[in-house]
Amino acid sequence: MQRLFRLSALLAALLLILAACSSNTGGSSPSGSAASSGDPTAVCAADKFGCVKVASGDKIEIATALTITGSTSSLGLDSVTGVQVAIKDRGQVAGHDVDLKSTDAGCSNAQDGQTDAQSLVADPQIVAVIGTSCSRTAVPAMPVLAAQGYLMISPSNTAPSLTDPSSKDFGGPFYMRTAYNDKVQGAAVAKFACEVLKVKTAATIHDGSPYAQQLQQVFADQFKSQCGGTITAQEAIHVGDKDFHPVLTTIGAAKPEALFFPIFDPEAPLIVQQSRDIPGLANTKLISADGAKDDTFISSAGPLAQSLGMYFSGPDLNFGSTYTDKFLPEYKQIAGKDPTSVYHAHAYDAANIIFDAIEHVGLKDSSGTLYIPRTALKDYARGVKDYKGLTGTLTCDPNGDCGASFVSIAQLKPDASGKLAFQQVYTTRSAS
Amino acid sequence: MRFRLPQRFNLVSTILWGLRIVVAVLVLAGSWATLSSGKLTPDAWRELIVFGIAQGSVYGLIALGYTLVYGVLFMINFAHGDVFMTGAMTAFFVARNFGESGFINANPIVALLIIFAVSMLTSMLVAIVLERIAYRPLRRAPRLVPLITAIGASLFISNSIRGIYGEQSQSYPSVTALQGRLDLFGIPILKTQALVIASAIVLMIALVYFVERTRTGRAMRAVSEDKDVAALMGINVDRIIVTTFAVGGLLAGAAGVLYALVFNEVDWFMGFLPGIKAFTAAVLGGIGNIAGAMVGGLTLGVLESVGPFLLLGGANVPSPNQLRDVIAFTVLVLVLIFRPNGILGRSEPGR
Repeated sequence: MQRLFRLSALLAALLLILAACSSNTGGSSPSGSAASSGDPTAVCAADKFGCVKVASGDKIEIATALTITGSTSSLGLDSVTGVQVAIKDRGQVAGHDVDLKSTDAGCSNAQDGQTDAQSLVADPQIVAVIGTSCSRTAVPAMPVLAAQGYLMISPSNTAPSLTDPSSKDFGGPFYMRTAYNDKVQGAAVAKFACEVLKVKTAATIHDGSPYAQQLQQVFADQFKSQCGGTITAQEAIHVGDKDFHPVLTTIGAAKPEALFFPIFDPEAPLIVQQSRDIPGLANTKLISADGAKDDTFISSAGPLAQSLGMYFSGPDLNFGSTYTDKFLPEYKQIAGKDPTSVYHAHAYDAANIIFDAIEHVGLKDSSGTLYIPRTALKDYARGVKDYKGLTGTLTCDPNGDCGASFVSIAQLKPDASGKLAFQQVYTTRSAS
Repeated sequence: MRFRLPQRFNLVSTILWGLRIVVAVLVLAGSWATLSSGKLTPDAWRELIVFGIAQGSVYGLIALGYTLVYGVLFMINFAHGDVFMTGAMTAFFVARNFGESGFINANPIVALLIIFAVSMLTSMLVAIVLERIAYRPLRRAPRLVPLITAIGASLFISNSIRGIYGEQSQSYPSVTALQGRLDLFGIPILKTQALVIASAIVLMIALVYFVERTRTGRAMRAVSEDKDVAALMGINVDRIIVTTFAVGGLLAGAAGVLYALVFNEVDWFMGFLPGIKAFTAAVLGGIGNIAGAMVGGLTLGVLESVGPFLLLGGANVPSPNQLRDVIAFTVLVLVLIFRPNGILGRSEPGR
C-alpha cells in the first residue's frame, strides 16, 4: 500500500514538473518543482503563522467567501463557478485533490463579511480564501483573516481604498486582487462619457459602500479633470430603500446629460425604472457598472434598460481563444448555464495563483504529508510577476493590485438566441 | 399645546423651550437657504410633495392596521408588515399570469380588481390566522408577551414566504394603462401615484363609514372602550377582534398591491421597512386614532420626500437624501417630546 502511495506521489511530482515545464513556455509559472524537499518542521516553526498540514491522501481545502444568496448572488455564484472550473482544470495540486468550501460573505451588509471570516479562521485546514465579492464585506473580513495568516484573493473587489496603504480600509499584506482597481474603471467611464457620448454634465449616485462611493468619486474627479465636465450632483441612497423618486427629482432639477450609478441589485434596476418618472432625466444617459452587470438586473429591468440604451462598465471579457474555446464550455458544463456576471475568469486566475503558490512553497516529509507555510504562501502569491492568466498578464504591485483586465462599456442587446445579453460597445484595450 | 410661558421656570421646561427655539431656527435657516438658492424649480418641489403624498398614502394604509389593532387590544401587531408583504407576494403570481397572457393590458380594470382582491383576501386570511394562533391564546397574558409573539410571528411569516416563493425579488408586470401622466387640475401627476392616492382616499372613507355607521363598527368601538362591559351588552368580543384584524389585513393587502405597482419589485423582505415606517406613522399621528394614522402616514411620507433637501440642500450638505431617515425619525422624536400622544392623539387619563 505504502509503495503504491510513494509511486503515485512520485508520478504526481513528475507530472507536475512536466506541467510546470510546459507552462513555462508561456513564461508564467516560476521555476522550481512542486513540494520541494527541505525540513518541514524547521520551516513551519520559522513561519509566523505555521503550516497547514495535509496528510497524504487528504484533500487540500480552499474556501470561497462570496455573495451566494440574495439579490447579489448572480455576482458571487459566477465567481464560485470560475473557481470550480480552475479546480477541475488543475486536477491535483502537489499530489492532492482540492476541496472547495463555499461560504457566504454577503454583499450589502459589512458585518456578514466579518462573520464569514470568523467562520473561516475557525477551520485551520483552509489554506487560502477567494473572496469577497463586494468591497464593503472585504473591509471587515480582512483584519480577521490576516490575524491568522489566511491569504485572501478577491476576484471582484475594485474599491481603490483596499489597496491604498494610507486608507483605513487597506487590505494589508494578506490581501490581493485579480480585478482591476476602480481608479482604472472610473477613469475609463469618464473618458467614455466625454469622448464617445460627448456629454458635458453628469451626476452620480452611490449607496455608501466603499465600492460605489469611491468609484463615483474617481469618475467625478476624472470627468472634471480629463474633459472639463461639470458634476451637477453626487447623491447617495440607502441599501434596502425602494423609493428613489425624491433623490432622482433633486438630481433631475439640473438636467444632467449623464447619470452614473455604480450600485447593486435591486437598487440599480429600481433607479432605472423610477428615472422614467422624472421629467428632468428624460434625456439623461444612464450608466451603471460591474456591480449591477448580471442576470438579476436583466430580469428586473432588462427590456427597459435596452430601450433606453443604458450603458454598463465592467471588465473587457475578450480574453482570447482559451477563454472562449476552453473555459466557457467548461463553465457551462459545471454551472449548467452561461455566466451570470463578469468576474468568473478573475476567480479562475485567483484560484490558479493559489495553486501555484501551494506547489511552490509546499514541503513534503517522508510520510508524504504536505506542509504549506502560510507566510511563504502569501509572499509567493503577492510576488506574482508576468503571470499569464486567463484575464491577461498579471503582475502584483506592492499593495496587492494584480488585475490585468481592461475596462469595457456594454449595452444590453439580444444575442444570437434572442435573449438579452451585455454586449461590448467600447473598450480601453488597444486594438492589436 | 398652548403657547404660554410656563408658570415656573424649572430646568426641564427651560431645556424644552431651548430645544423648540433651536429646532425652529434650524428649520427656518435650512429652508431659507435652500429656497433662496433656487436649486429646485417650483415644478420639482411640487413633484417632491406629490411623491411624498403617494408614499405617505401607502404608509397610512398600513398604519391603519396598527392603529385598529391597538385601538381594540392595546398591543402592537409587529407582524403587520408581513401581512402586507404576503398579499403582494401572492398576488404577484396572478399578476404575472395576467401579464404573460396580455390580459392585464387588454382589460386593465378587471385585471387590477382581481389582483387587488387576491392580495386583500390573502392578507386578510393571514391576519385572521395570525390572531387565532398567535394572539388569542395570549389575550390574558401580560402585555409584553403578545409583543414578543408578534415579533416571532413576523419572522415566521417572512421566512415562510421566503421558503415558499424563493428569495429572489420578483417584478410585477407593467400596466400600460398606468404609464404616463394624468392632468389633474393642471398638475401633471403620474398615473400610478394618482391610483395610489385615490385608492387610499376611497379605502379611508370606507373605513370611517364602517367604524362610525355600521353595527359592527359600533361594536368595535364598544370593545375598544371596555371589553368586559361590551361582552355584558351581548357583543361577541372574539368576533369583533377577528373582524378588526380582518379589516387591517384587507387594507394592508391593498397597500401591498399599490406598493408593488409603484415600485414593480416585490420580495419576501419588503414588509420590514414599510412596516416599521407605518408603525412610526401610526405613533406620529396618534396611535389608536384612525384619522391620525392617515395624517401620520402623509406627514412621514412628505417629510421623507421633501425634508432632506429642504433642510440640508441649501447648506451644501453632500448627498442630503442619504439622511432622510435621520430627518424623519428626528421629527418623530420631536413630536413625541412635545406631543407624547401624537399629532391627533388625545391624552388618555387613567390608562
